[in-house]
Amino acid sequence: MEYQAKQLFGAHGVPGLPGETADDPQTAREIAARFSSPVVVKAQVKTGGRGKAGGVKLADDPDDAQAKVEAILGLDIKGHVVRRVLVTPASDIAEEYYVSYLVDRANRTYLAMASAEGGMDIEQLAVERPEALAKVAVDASRGVDEAKAREIAAAANFPAELHDQLVEVLLALWDVFLGEDATLVEVNPLVRTPDDRLLALDGKVTLDENAAFRHPEHAAFVDKEADDPLERRAKEKNLNYVKLDGEVGIIGNGAGLVMSTLDVVAYAGEEFGGVRPANFLDIGGGASAQVMANGLEIILSDPAVRSVFVNVFGGITACDAVANGIIAAIEMLKGRGEAITKPLVVRLDGNNAAEGRRILDEAEHDVVELVDTMDDAARRAAQLAAQEA
Amino acid sequence: MAIYLTEQSRVVVQGMTGSEGRKHTQRMLTSGTRVVGGVTPGKGGQRVDFVGADVPVFDSVGDAMEQTGADVSVVFVPPKFAKAAVMEATDAGMPLVVVITEGIPVHDTAAFFAHAQAAGGTRVIGPNCPGLISPGRANAGIIPADITKPGRIGLVSKSGTLTYQMMYELRDLGFSTCVGIGGDPIIGTTHIDCLAAFEADPDTDAIVMIGEIGGDAEERAATYIAEHVTKPVVGYVAGFTAPEGKTMGHAGAIISGSSGTAQAKAEALGKAGVRVGKTPSETARLLRDVVAGG
Repeated sequence: MEYQAKQLFGAHGVPGLPGETADDPQTAREIAARFSSPVVVKAQVKTGGRGKAGGVKLADDPDDAQAKVEAILGLDIKGHVVRRVLVTPASDIAEEYYVSYLVDRANRTYLAMASAEGGMDIEQLAVERPEALAKVAVDASRGVDEAKAREIAAAANFPAELHDQLVEVLLALWDVFLGEDATLVEVNPLVRTPDDRLLALDGKVTLDENAAFRHPEHAAFVDKEADDPLERRAKEKNLNYVKLDGEVGIIGNGAGLVMSTLDVVAYAGEEFGGVRPANFLDIGGGASAQVMANGLEIILSDPAVRSVFVNVFGGITACDAVANGIIAAIEMLKGRGEAITKPLVVRLDGNNAAEGRRILDEAEHDVVELVDTMDDAARRAAQLAAQEA
Repeated sequence: MAIYLTEQSRVVVQGMTGSEGRKHTQRMLTSGTRVVGGVTPGKGGQRVDFVGADVPVFDSVGDAMEQTGADVSVVFVPPKFAKAAVMEATDAGMPLVVVITEGIPVHDTAAFFAHAQAAGGTRVIGPNCPGLISPGRANAGIIPADITKPGRIGLVSKSGTLTYQMMYELRDLGFSTCVGIGGDPIIGTTHIDCLAAFEADPDTDAIVMIGEIGGDAEERAATYIAEHVTKPVVGYVAGFTAPEGKTMGHAGAIISGSSGTAQAKAEALGKAGVRVGKTPSETARLLRDVVAGG
């Protein structure tokens, strides 16, 4: 969120405005009083378009700040409920600019983007006036040094008198990008004040989760919140789960195979009145029986699910472990007195598939149905979901 | 022939003494791969006993190459040490480095990839990939060797389990080489690299290319196919019904523009003359038609 990006910017010397967060109107009033100037109160949510949604307001004095924060807290901005605001002194703005660094997948290196024409949506700018958005490749082994920063400033046609200051900002921002293991750092807008100072007024930082091992301090930024209760529970169990709006629960191994499973189920579902996948759940490579059980438990507790399709191709994952996980989940739910009535269609191939099928056959659970191919299993799961409706 | 990996390949495993390294070294040996050594700093001189082979451990990639003539390294070391491991292999002049490790910070990958590019002599495959297999010849990574047999189809894919699924669908035809290039933001070997290699490989008659949503690698591959690939290519893109970009960053979406959806990718491939299946099984059928001369 913005205030977190602000913390990281501050730690690396990117110039910005002071600011404090408040979770209630009274605190916001006290912060505004300390700044003894008009303030801007801004909703802290992980989405853009806050201004248009009424989540950013100018307040003339502490009373006004309190009233504005009362109105902002609890707002729903694109599905994100506002629980916190950032209070900063209001700043006069002469011009607005844009700068960012990101990982450039296509060229397998880094990219700097900059524009001297800020003040509008940057995605819109990229589409409507691509020439106004400079894109400068950054070599991963050299990074951004002063020469590269000057190249970026010139490429984006920044006013010459600002180049020295901009170079400082770009170097500090590079320090954030590399030092914090970010995959994206963005300042939008970078503003020029009437007295020609450059300030990062708002920004965004996306941190690389893979680098968490060298940034224990980033744990504070990890968002354990999810708006969907099932997604929240899945997150607690470290499952890679996304809630969708259909009726067929999906479990598989490997992101590609699970995505493909969603497609196959959706196509099969067209035959049965538009039955669709209820979720994405990847139990990953080498999944244990426990992971399978955790996943199945979450899916079975989704009231929208009417049938479940377990689609596993065992590479590292052993199909006997998957079968044991299915049985463990069923026993666990039964043990809690929850009757399992939703049919489970299971397709196992690859590593130890025969053993996995044997385990399921012998367990003789009447909700479990083994089907040989991915297509037939998807069709069967869709058919069952339609029947259960 | 096959691409990148043949029966002549001599493989060392960086991280062979760890649990994953050990498990998969055994599998590679069982499938007939010539695993000639392991590399674990500090454990040089030891030997690891596998079923069917007793494999020496070296302190460095340089030592291993000098004493065994190794020309492929498979990397299983943990994410924290992966960058140093790949840099070391590059500095030793290892021609092919296959990075299986999942969870490497992208800045580390950017650094070792740039290093390998600058050095010139090293091809990196991965990271976060299942590796590659030339069935009946050699296996460098974690792709199960018993899914399919040698044949004349080439396969390139971002996704591990979809690779296995497609190998399974076409197991009766067999493959020259199957390459799992990995799905990380920065990868050492791309769809295009593999398409070029398959095009040049006399033992490959047709190519299956598997992509998935995100980025624009498939669109760029389509352009490449239209201009440079004469062999028939069949494609599959996973994620037609996936919800839009849950993980894509703000600025990342700018570069990819309107691309990134499965629909856009399938259309781009279609325009390049690639037959695109809507499911893995349909894709397999299309490939069969192509091979049958359809």
